[in-house]
Amino acid sequence: MTDKTNGSKSPRMEERLYQNRYQVDEGRPHVKINHQAGGDSEELKALTKICPAGCYSINEDGQVEVAADGCMECGTCRIVCQATGELEWSYPRGGYGILFKFG
Amino acid sequence: MPAEHFDAIVVGAGPSGNAAAYTMGKAGLNVLQIDRGEYPGSKNVQGAILYADALERIIPDFRETAPLERHVVEQRFWMLSEKSHTGTHHRSDTFNEEKPNRYTILRAQFDKWFSKQVREAGVTLITETTVTELVKNEAGKVIGVLTDREGGPVYADVVVLAEGVNGLVGQRSGLRSEIKPQHVALAVKETHFLPEETVRERFNLADEDEGVVIEVLGSVSSGMVGTGFLYTNKESISIGVGCLVADFAREKIPPYELLDRFKNHPSVKPLLKGAEMKEYVAHLIPEGGYDAIPQLTGDGWLIVGDAGQFVNAVHREGSNLAMTSGRLAGESLIALKAQGLPATNDNLKLYRDALEDSVVIKDLKKYRKIPGLLEKNRQLFTTYPALLNRSMNAFLRVDGRDKRSKETEILKGLKKARGNWLNVAFDMLKVARAWR
Ligand SMILES: Cc1cc2nc3c(=O)[nH]c(=O)nc-3n(C[C@H](O)[C@H](O)[C@H](O)COP(=O)(O)OP(=O)(O)OC[C@H]3O[C@@H](n4cnc5c(N)ncnc54)[C@H](O)[C@@H]3O)c2cc1C
Ligand code: SF4
Repeated sequence: MTDKTNGSKSPRMEERLYQNRYQVDEGRPHVKINHQAGGDSEELKALTKICPAGCYSINEDGQVEVAADGCMECGTCRIVCQATGELEWSYPRGGYGILFKFG
Repeated sequence: MPAEHFDAIVVGAGPSGNAAAYTMGKAGLNVLQIDRGEYPGSKNVQGAILYADALERIIPDFRETAPLERHVVEQRFWMLSEKSHTGTHHRSDTFNEEKPNRYTILRAQFDKWFSKQVREAGVTLITETTVTELVKNEAGKVIGVLTDREGGPVYADVVVLAEGVNGLVGQRSGLRSEIKPQHVALAVKETHFLPEETVRERFNLADEDEGVVIEVLGSVSSGMVGTGFLYTNKESISIGVGCLVADFAREKIPPYELLDRFKNHPSVKPLLKGAEMKEYVAHLIPEGGYDAIPQLTGDGWLIVGDAGQFVNAVHREGSNLAMTSGRLAGESLIALKAQGLPATNDNLKLYRDALEDSVVIKDLKKYRKIPGLLEKNRQLFTTYPALLNRSMNAFLRVDGRDKRSKETEILKGLKKARGNWLNVAFDMLKVARAWR
């Protein structure tokens, strides 16, 4: 197999995460958004760009949503949004989540 | 959860937790270690260069059994611009010594190995278990931990927080505040596989044990405070880039795009040609330096490793400081136990003093001004690397123009880029001062 990532085009996130191992804790997401009355903050919106696993996106209603199945548990989103109070973030239950083979 | 009372509970089985647990286990203390991963290492990321010295002081004969990739015989520093790199190489046959000084490793495998040594030293390890909170008595002293497993709390004389950069247990137990975005870098990294001989040939190495590491500054971070790296393993190449979280949040540049740009840089692309990418990872690195260190001890608890911000970002040293702080914590707790003294904040001065006296705090103090300097002087990541490459290019290109005009042009370019000569002089002075 040749490397999918060395082409000139940026590979899609699914392809990039495809090689990673996860033990998903079905029905128990470890990251949740509490939308605030005044609309999503700039910090929350920034996550659609800077989450390394592409977990954040903007839905049809223009709101930020999170699907944390590909999350690598880095903690970036929690730190960026600490002041806005929009994120509830905890580690997945023991044994669940990302499982690095090489790290 | 075990009902017995332990001498110590270690939260985390990375290098810092393993060093602490191993040290105490060897000395006969009754130690419980808890990690949230399926196996130790399954949540952990490093570049990764392992510095032998710190580990040697814990496990002198580690080379006989540890999963080491290659020992480093050559270090390259690259100043990157869009199409070029200018750099230095240091290669030396003296690195081919009987007990090499630095190795590349793969953390998931290395941590597994280290953990095996820890268990053989008599430590009880529980994996797949997340510590959620510390348990305190009425006086506020930490006396144990709560986990997400069935069963109540587990108790111990002292809790060693080796939980890594995020420090959530400490935070959620009110021992420390949340990390600031300007005090941590987000790094993304991929592992690309190639046949061993290909790695050897591409990097001009004599055999499967010799390795090259490359540290990269300049366009790799797209104007943010950050660096890139490329390390050779036996049958793979680790390539990554990391920048301050505060910068990512401001610039809104996707980290994986930064990594892709780096991989496609004309100086890098041929090195990865034909390789198979087998893992993409992300992790934070503490980069706030001395001034970002939280309170390190309290009644019944102490902090080691990344949780204490013990990373020297300039030299990319973290795992060694993690192991050293873990060992010193272990030794301090052994000494207290031998004297029958409780692990109060006062008595844990022993650990704080040992740290102060070690490479950990000494180096962090030396570079205390660097994080602030880098944050406020982005020209060090943009203007200078670009200028250096432009100048080298102009200097080397033979195009019929005389050398003196070329030199004048290069100097003019430098002056123009920073406004005037005074700014250039100030930049040099600032770096020299922070380095001192
Ligand atoms: C991309 C990158 C490159 C790096 N390169 C280098 C390098 O080349 N050389 C170098 O020396 N250093 C390097 N570092 C730094 C180095 O990886 C760290 O300094 C080192 O891993 C710190 O060790 P630690 O034991 O303190 O933390 P970690 O290795 O992060 O270990 C923490 C452990 O605690 C566990 N844990 C966390 N929370 C809980 C909880 N609540 N309950 C139970 N368990 C928990 C985790 O599962 C983990 O096993 C690099 C870091 C990164 C991210
Ligand atoms: S922890 Fe990291 S990978 Fe997971 S959702 Fe947050 S930013 Fe993305």
